[in-house]
Amino acid sequence: MKTNPYKKKDKELEEIIDDERAAMYKSGKVRRGSKNAACGFHRIEIKNLTVKAGNSRILDDVNLSIYCGKLTVIIGKNGAGKSTLIKSILKERPYEGEISFRDIKNNTVSRLKVGYVPQRIDIDQNAPVSVYDLVASYISKVPVFLWKSKSLYQRIQARLELFDAAELIDKRVCDLSGGELQRVLLAVACTPVPNLLLLDEPVSGIDENGRELFYKILTELKKSYDLSIILVSHDLELTARYADNIVLLDKSVRASGSAKEVMESDVFKETFMNLK
Amino acid sequence: MGIFQYDFMKNAFIAILLITPMFGLLGTMVVSNRMAFFSDALGHSAFTGMAIGILLGISDTDISMIIFAIVFAVLLNLIKQKNVVSSDTVISVFSSLSVAIGLALLSRNGDFSKYSGMLVGDVLSVGTKDNVKLLLALIAVIVCWIFGYNALAGIGVNKSISRSKGVQVDLYENVFACLVAVVVMLTVRMVGLLIINALIILPAAAARNISRNQRQYNLYSIIIALFSGVIGLFMSYYLDVAVGPMTAIIAALIFFITFALRGASRE
Repeated sequence: MKTNPYKKKDKELEEIIDDERAAMYKSGKVRRGSKNAACGFHRIEIKNLTVKAGNSRILDDVNLSIYCGKLTVIIGKNGAGKSTLIKSILKERPYEGEISFRDIKNNTVSRLKVGYVPQRIDIDQNAPVSVYDLVASYISKVPVFLWKSKSLYQRIQARLELFDAAELIDKRVCDLSGGELQRVLLAVACTPVPNLLLLDEPVSGIDENGRELFYKILTELKKSYDLSIILVSHDLELTARYADNIVLLDKSVRASGSAKEVMESDVFKETFMNLK
Repeated sequence: MGIFQYDFMKNAFIAILLITPMFGLLGTMVVSNRMAFFSDALGHSAFTGMAIGILLGISDTDISMIIFAIVFAVLLNLIKQKNVVSSDTVISVFSSLSVAIGLALLSRNGDFSKYSGMLVGDVLSVGTKDNVKLLLALIAVIVCWIFGYNALAGIGVNKSISRSKGVQVDLYENVFACLVAVVVMLTVRMVGLLIINALIILPAAAARNISRNQRQYNLYSIIIALFSGVIGLFMSYYLDVAVGPMTAIIAALIFFITFALRGASRE
């Protein structure tokens, strides 16, 4: 009982900071400035991660450090364990090993806020769910079946604006294009701003411009906020242009480093020779 | 109007006013979260709950029915969450088994005809005590909706996003399943085991055709459910047929009308 008022205050403060950052982001202050919001020292530490399915290992001794302010892209063939890695970080799959979030002094932070953008969602062709409904149901307690809160509506619209999606707020989710949906989901994942953003890119359904826009938004996000981004990607060309780090996964980490390093490695050529 | 000169008609009318909004609300989530098959299976499990109650000598079989349905619902969820077999298959297996056990127990000594009324339902035998139970259930549904609707809607779209936001997905799913179980068991005797799922699904399915957001969806679903129920009651009085089936026919007609409207608005 005692901690409640403080808790609330914290949350309010967080929201104000969020909104201030959002305003800066929108005005371009953060973008133009050379200084990034990310400190570069927070990191997600993955140690000896192993995931088993029966007798076979889907992931085998994966070790990774993912720093804030960086876009880390995971590539690999189908069945290489990319989605399993994401599910493990989301704590949806039992795993052996350790996934921890560490701050600047190497202390473990227990409350890691994770934002997640899935590859696809379950929305029927005719579902009566507007973009407002979708976002509100994830980020707010105002019951979406009862009324549309004006202040929440404005807040959501302001959020969506950061992701080039403000005009979509009254549209039905089932009517969105693949790229529009992805941006709306990104807005959901980033409200409140997470420590770690996990993105599972759809294999298809998004046109060239949509994909480019998505990567640009990610680039701006990592500059404006103190967060780490892990993206599972199927688009090697865009990955090469936008990623800070690339991890080539095939059960374990086969190669990692800058785009150039990974893409010139023998393992990369071996894995993607057929595709290139 | 002569219809309300009888107490049983008054009680039935009140029961309809309480049952249909409940179905209208629950239906929206059952349809959105693709649980139509699940609620159908729950309805069928009523026989087993009743049989167990009779076997144990419980005077109010509602109690054994509700307890069995809750166990059944949570068990189904548990197996579904383990993700081993396709959920359609799991539900089918358990639903068939439970119906079979129920029918086997109730048909001992050729006694089944005593219970066959439950298949069609009888809202005219509702008493004041039943209506109090229904009112409490309606309040419970509304409270759950106010506090749980957002989470359940989010879970229906993508469980992983919900989990990443700290939502206790399994807990919400179980509470919702239990809520459906309780409502179905309280009303199955009144609206009929064969019809109950239609009455839950049809108003929501019809509302879906003409709604663009969640507010319209729930509002239209309640209105369509209420309208079908009240008209169904009146028509059953004058045509001398059971209320449940009459209501389902009207709700189905409304579904087709809204379906046509949806097609027209698209062109």
